[in-house]
Amino acid sequence: MNPKQIEKIIDDHHNGNQAGLISLLEEIQAKYSYLPEEALRIVSQKTGTSLVDLYGVATFYRAFSLRPRGKHLISVCLGTACHVRGGEIIASEFQRQLAIKPGETTLDHEISLETVNCLGACALGPIVVADGHYFSNVTVKKVEEIIHKARAGLDRIDIRSDERIFPIEVSCSRCNHSLMDKSRYIDGYPSIRVTVSFNLKHGWLRLSCLYGSFSVDYEYQVPLDEVVNFFCPYCHAELRSSSFCMDCGAPMVPLLVRAGGMVQICSRRGCKGHMLDLTGVNV
Amino acid sequence: MITLHINGLPVSVEQGTTLLEAAQFMGFPIPTLCHKEGLSPYGACRLCLVEIGEGPRARLVSSCTYPAEEGLQVRTASSRVIQARRIILELLLASCPQSKTIQDLASAHGIQQQRFKQEYENCILCGLCVRMCEEQMMAKAIGFRSRGEKRSIGTPFDIQSEDCRRCGACLYICPACELRCTYTEPERAICGGCANLRPPCLEKEGFEDMMCYMDPCVACEIKKD
Ligand code: SF4
Ligand code: SF4
Ligand code: SF4
Ligand code: FES
Repeated sequence: MNPKQIEKIIDDHHNGNQAGLISLLEEIQAKYSYLPEEALRIVSQKTGTSLVDLYGVATFYRAFSLRPRGKHLISVCLGTACHVRGGEIIASEFQRQLAIKPGETTLDHEISLETVNCLGACALGPIVVADGHYFSNVTVKKVEEIIHKARAGLDRIDIRSDERIFPIEVSCSRCNHSLMDKSRYIDGYPSIRVTVSFNLKHGWLRLSCLYGSFSVDYEYQVPLDEVVNFFCPYCHAELRSSSFCMDCGAPMVPLLVRAGGMVQICSRRGCKGHMLDLTGVNV
Repeated sequence: MITLHINGLPVSVEQGTTLLEAAQFMGFPIPTLCHKEGLSPYGACRLCLVEIGEGPRARLVSSCTYPAEEGLQVRTASSRVIQARRIILELLLASCPQSKTIQDLASAHGIQQQRFKQEYENCILCGLCVRMCEEQMMAKAIGFRSRGEKRSIGTPFDIQSEDCRRCGACLYICPACELRCTYTEPERAICGGCANLRPPCLEKEGFEDMMCYMDPCVACEIKKD
């Protein structure tokens, strides 16, 4: 977590006035998937709201979490209608299969489980929502399938239907060696493999080659907001351009696009800043 | 000035006076638990219930938070009020039987037993400690967390608060407090104020020069002067 980012969210959010505390917390939660202790302390300092009150609000609303949530969220409805249709059994089946209790996250940080009181689709109960996708009339048998789908990623971008997304092939901007890695697929396409180093850790990082997708896979988990150094795995040159990200100010990483031109991505984890310069190419 | 009737007697009070203050001014006793002079009214315990209005529209309100209204008819000891109060006391006994304050109130109302499931909570969520800490000690070190069943009092993140000045005021004011202090785990204690004392009883164990927050004591019943 980067204190500067929190301060930026606060500044952008309410220009120094006290209103909209909840939406401010929502924004922080949206960024980190939970409310880090440090973040609450900074909010308290910057807005003058006492930490006790912030903590009270953060623990009052179910939507806020003080512990990191997993990549995927499964909510089982236990409202009256779902309850009488067996929501309880569904919830305990999820608990059994994931080996966690509601409010907890699996050890691999993949799935968080929660129970909710009503999702407003009572006639279709028992209802389970995984990453915003509704499953109706859920039976114990369907539980495994839902977990499987959630792990695979329900939000996966549909490449054929979304025209803003297209695969690119890139190579090192120094040695021009292709960085495409056919041994590991991300989003259904060969991944882009680079080497990264941060905090004395040095390992591979694989990026999705779909322009517009931000899926990554890594050897060492990169903390959110960490700026990492990128290297070519073949010539070992550092991949760093002289320009800086327009969103966060971190150095950009240049990659040559096979079809011609250059794509630059921000070196800060979680920042979606990027530039595409397909000089002379018709996309 | 506002004129209202309490138990049939007219009384004139200033705008903004609560029914509790008006009744006390007239000398009608109303038991209270979560109300203390110097702290803002909160209306958590409902022990100070009175009946207002007439006939079918009569209803129970907490007198410590209800402001006096022109022409209001207030009854502080109708059978409905007494009955409701007794139920509330039974419920309080059911959750916090070890509190001397609650026991005293219950016996003053002639309650000999409670009919609910017995629990042993260490807090009745009256909010006295929170208001004490904020309004008198200007510390705002403790507050309410979560909601519903899980609602509890404590410091943010359950760690010792930097805002706490360890004055012990929260322990002092708490009607259920002998368990409030979790001295065996000092870092999780509500304020750490007594972490270096040795509960349960200083006096019985001969620590004369140390400070004891409880007066009169809730556990050992030694009355100090
Ligand atoms: S001891 Fe700490 S928590 Fe208790 S009233 Fe004093 S400042 Fe507040
Ligand atoms: S700790 Fe004591 S004073 Fe504070 S809310 Fe609970 S019962 Fe009331
Ligand atoms: S007198 Fe009561 S409050 Fe004081 S130390 Fe003894 S038991 Fe505790
Ligand atoms: S004294 Fe009025 S509600 Fe507690």
